[in-house]
Amino acid sequence: MAAAGGADCAAIETHELRKEFGRIVALAGLTMTAPRGEVFGFLGPNGAGKTTAVKLLLGLSQPTAGHGRVLGAPLGDVGTRRRIGYLPELFRYQGWMTAREVLALHCELARLPRAECAAEIGSVLDLVGLAGRAEDRTETFSKGMQQRLGLAVALLGRPDLVVLDEPTSALDPVGRQDVRAIIAALRDRGTTVFLNSHLLTEVERVCDRVAIVDRGRVVAELSMAELTRESGVGIRVTGPGGVPLDVASRYGPTRVDGEWLFVDGIAEAEVPALVGELVARGGAIHAVVPTRQTLEERFMSLLGTPPEVPDDETALAGHEAEA
Amino acid sequence: MTSFEAILIIARLTLREAFRRRLLWVLVGLTVLIVGLTWWAFSRIAEATPVTGAVQILGVSQVTVMLAFMFSFVLAMTAVFAGAPAIGPDIENGLLLAILARPIRRAEVMLGRWLGLAAVLVVYALAAGYLELAAVVLATGYSPVEPLTAPLYLAGESLILLTLAIVLSTRIASVAGGAMAVVGYGLAWMAGVMGGVGEAFNNEVLRGAGILARLILPSDVLWRGCAGALSPTESVLRGGGIAEPALYKFSPFSGAPPSLLWLAWCAAWIAGAMAIGILLLRRREL
Repeated sequence: MAAAGGADCAAIETHELRKEFGRIVALAGLTMTAPRGEVFGFLGPNGAGKTTAVKLLLGLSQPTAGHGRVLGAPLGDVGTRRRIGYLPELFRYQGWMTAREVLALHCELARLPRAECAAEIGSVLDLVGLAGRAEDRTETFSKGMQQRLGLAVALLGRPDLVVLDEPTSALDPVGRQDVRAIIAALRDRGTTVFLNSHLLTEVERVCDRVAIVDRGRVVAELSMAELTRESGVGIRVTGPGGVPLDVASRYGPTRVDGEWLFVDGIAEAEVPALVGELVARGGAIHAVVPTRQTLEERFMSLLGTPPEVPDDETALAGHEAEA
Repeated sequence: MTSFEAILIIARLTLREAFRRRLLWVLVGLTVLIVGLTWWAFSRIAEATPVTGAVQILGVSQVTVMLAFMFSFVLAMTAVFAGAPAIGPDIENGLLLAILARPIRRAEVMLGRWLGLAAVLVVYALAAGYLELAAVVLATGYSPVEPLTAPLYLAGESLILLTLAIVLSTRIASVAGGAMAVVGYGLAWMAGVMGGVGEAFNNEVLRGAGILARLILPSDVLWRGCAGALSPTESVLRGGGIAEPALYKFSPFSGAPPSLLWLAWCAAWIAGAMAIGILLLRRREL
């Protein structure tokens, strides 16, 4: 689907978006910008307001204050939804319908030209690996298959913006890999992807830019390039005098973990000089490996303390298991 | 601006769901069964009752009205059971979330659901109603005063209860909303009976209470219209031994065709209730 008016503006722009549910403030003032054609990760602990933000972006909920634009149109613009694909976090499709019928319904709802629907449905079914189950009722689908179907629904009609709310939460490792490949393919064809996920490794692998939200506000918005720029080096060094920290500290903040010396923020060109100085001081070098701050480390440092909500520990545990 | 195309998409979806979930087949099966039983029962009445002539006609007319009352109850329950889960469960299980992310408004979803279920109810009310009346005429030779309008009133009554159930389903859980609609239906009928008593005995308080109840929930206006269409004529009443036909109004199974004003109120009530329902749905957080 061709990008309509406002193609040069950001895919998503919000300014001090606020949402209150009675006395509960779900979003305190969300300000962020998701550029077009990028994969934008939206991270935060449970209760940070991520799903509320997604609903506001899609016009499924009205903001209490603030404003924003999606694909150049004000929030809630019904016509713009033709150009948006959405996979909700918690959803269900009509159990009495087959996968193909669900997709046909959404073709109708999205007002896709009737002549294109059959080919479009076949294409997205192939893409998410459900072609063999197209004629089965969705009530017979596992949670993972439901999620694949949800992804297929979101991809119908080649939307300009695809909003994925926890798209891999019910998928096995193979399914997650498939989703990563689909997201990469979407980016390649210029589609903006807004990815709301707990799985930091997932986000780290596919996103171009991330916004970290906490207590209803964006606490950091940075590109993956900015994240990886803050790199360092890890050196396994032994010697009679222990690790010579005084030498290393001239190159950047240091920390020692057993025989490993870590120097953060050191320029790649300075590493040989540091190694040379360590050897000159009698150190025996066993390994030199580049390190970089992971998204998880950045996430945790930005939030200050480990998230209070237990579910996030589960999510981070999943991250560690994958790493 | 509301899109009629979007309303039709949801209405078609609702019809397909009714078909797939076998609601239509159940209604068709029940209709065939009830029409068969009606024909059989009325044939027995015509053959076996010891009374003949005017008394028998009066008896047949009363059983016909009671049959219509039973059918109106079945229709009311069908309307409530179909309407009570029309919106709420779709919100709770996330089904509506996926639909409303498309270019479709909440009002269009609400109107589409109403239109689809209304189509099922109206077709069922008219088809089953006319078939049952045909069975009565074939079995006994008795034809009510206005056999053609009676099922129309019943169809209208079912639309009022469907509307009530759908509006409640925007905010109240299906079971509770369904129970409220059933109780409302019962109370409206009782208020109609009391209003009839007020009419018969010139009791202004009871008459006023009956009118107020009809304004709040006008289902009984249409039931009385149906009962009126099927009621025996004054000559049948007199022939059957009823000395004071005017007191027949006292009967809970009596009635009279509603005025155009009341019919307009029924239509306005449906429109107003739907407008309130749409407002409630628009304000509901998904």
